[in-house]
Amino acid sequence: MGTLLEVRGLRTCFFTGDGVVRAVDDVSYDVGVGETVALVGESGCGKTVSALSVMRLVAAPAGRIVGGEILFKGQDLLALDEEGMRRIRGREIAMVFQEPMTSLNPVLSIGRQLTEPLEIHLGLPPAEALVRATELLALVGIPDPARRLAQYPHQFSGGMRQRIMIAMALSCNPSLILADEPTTALDVTIQAQILELMKDLSRRLRVAMLIITHNLGVVARYADRVNVMYAGKIIERGTAREIYATPRHPYTLGLLRSVPRLDEPRKSKLSPIDGQPPDLVRLPPGCAFAPRCRYAVPRCAEEVPPLRPVSHGHESACWVAEDVGTEVRV
Amino acid sequence: MSAAVPAPAGVPRAAPSGQVILEVRNLVKHFPVRGDGFLSRSAGVIRAVDGVSFSILEGETLGLVGESGCGKTTTGRCILQLEHPTAGEVIFEGEELTRLAPAELRRVRRKIQVIFQDPYSSLNPRMTVGQIIAEPLAVHGIVADRGARQARVHDLLSRVGLLPSLADRYPHEMSGGQRQRIGIARAVALEPSLIICDEPVSALDVSIQAQIINLLEELQAEFHLTYLFVAHDLSVVRHISDRVAVMYLGKIVEIADRQTLYEDPLHPYTKALLAAVPIPDPAVEASRERVVLKGEVPSALNPPSGCVFHPRCPIAIEECKGVVPDLREVRPGHRAACIRV
Repeated sequence: MGTLLEVRGLRTCFFTGDGVVRAVDDVSYDVGVGETVALVGESGCGKTVSALSVMRLVAAPAGRIVGGEILFKGQDLLALDEEGMRRIRGREIAMVFQEPMTSLNPVLSIGRQLTEPLEIHLGLPPAEALVRATELLALVGIPDPARRLAQYPHQFSGGMRQRIMIAMALSCNPSLILADEPTTALDVTIQAQILELMKDLSRRLRVAMLIITHNLGVVARYADRVNVMYAGKIIERGTAREIYATPRHPYTLGLLRSVPRLDEPRKSKLSPIDGQPPDLVRLPPGCAFAPRCRYAVPRCAEEVPPLRPVSHGHESACWVAEDVGTEVRV
Repeated sequence: MSAAVPAPAGVPRAAPSGQVILEVRNLVKHFPVRGDGFLSRSAGVIRAVDGVSFSILEGETLGLVGESGCGKTTTGRCILQLEHPTAGEVIFEGEELTRLAPAELRRVRRKIQVIFQDPYSSLNPRMTVGQIIAEPLAVHGIVADRGARQARVHDLLSRVGLLPSLADRYPHEMSGGQRQRIGIARAVALEPSLIICDEPVSALDVSIQAQIINLLEELQAEFHLTYLFVAHDLSVVRHISDRVAVMYLGKIVEIADRQTLYEDPLHPYTKALLAAVPIPDPAVEASRERVVLKGEVPSALNPPSGCVFHPRCPIAIEECKGVVPDLREVRPGHRAACIRV
């Protein structure tokens, strides 16, 4: 499987009155052709900013990409001018956002919003664009597509709006879709429909997906490989199976143990991670997770642990990765 | 974390005493909807809650689950008398609340408190944490003396796991988890007997959710609290509840004790809901059967005839379109509203 997207040493900072927020701090990951990769973490861990950086959509002037490379099909996106970037956005790399209502234009019909990229990026004449738009709506499972093209976003339910967002993302046959919490705003039964749809389309159309989510369940069902983020860094990565079966970072282990699971006997007490995520302006000198970590040793407070291999295709940024999760499971 | 295997009883749960503390009978809440023209009269009603009955025993936790718009939050608000029910009765500790005069209601309100989903919008941004927690103590005249009130506030803060020194801070200086602890401290300040928890952890990060759930369980045991736990997260509801009621489009479709509901659900909607919950384990996921429910929840403005679930139901028959199923006792303590079970 060839590499489609390769992010190397990405650093994105926000320059605020309070100080410099290092939202993404030396992050590297890649996505193969047709592959589904996840960036998982809690709010403020930098998962969304690292995806927005790929699209070069970080809010200026406060936010700025200050270092690293973003290679897409071998081309460094950070070296492109604005015109070159416009040819990538929407056409080569498309995005699906969390809140479909705020990302659709409320005063344009669905048909207009779907045909616009087709006319601009692919140069289709209006009549052809309309035919293609109808096909796209049918593809994402919207009944009676020809009639619904004339309708406006408020006439659709949340699940239907997210289907429209997916249709828009697919419209120019991109090779990569960045999906930022694509189902978080939806109900569970609708969530299942949308995720099945995305997975099915990605397989059939060979589109790679980078899913950004806080939901460990979503990742388990749909991702091939997983990157876990904490305080602006990737702290563990590997295949979904490896990460869930043998987590090798105390944060990942803590996350997995803190959620009640429907397939396991009910526990009398949950095992939370103590404390709170750190303030990104005032990060501790060593490992950012050390103050909350049950495995911390003195070295953790002094030196930032690098991401290093712990088994084939599995990396962890922890000084004591080999000891993590080896005790008797409660 | 102790290494004890198998897990011990853990938190001593406040054993349900068998006394009914709250009974809701045929609760109905309809919201009128205005038509398009400005002179037009009511264009219809949203049947947010449409004939809901259940009871909660003292010391137990009843989970109320369902998707958005199913009426679970409105049910909670009707119990709190924040909404006046269109019909039905809410009997709390033997008193029918819907007919109480405002002064009497105020006396009862002390005993029923609420914890909201969004800890930020439910805390006054201009008040310090100390003032927020002290206010109900002053309003209800529980602790009249200022000095004693302050001591009580410090007590409550440390009880919910916060430093007493936070009393002088403002909500915006706190994290989401800390704010929810403040909301909890405010709710338990009056020593209520019933707390309506409306999605108390769904706005919080995963690592913080477990902290708050454990706290709620500890407080329940310590103060002998009864909870109505309204939530959409089925895993969390299973963890915290003794009994669980599932709502769909304004009605309870199934109610049973926790174990029965999760291990042996009867209603096709409950089954579909449970199947839709992703499990954080790829090995388990790979072997799971995909039951993806068709279609979407219909509008409560114009609910389907007969059983409201029939348009999405995998086992519906012709009869389901005409017959409104009763919530009948299929087995002792296990009720389901489906003619096919």
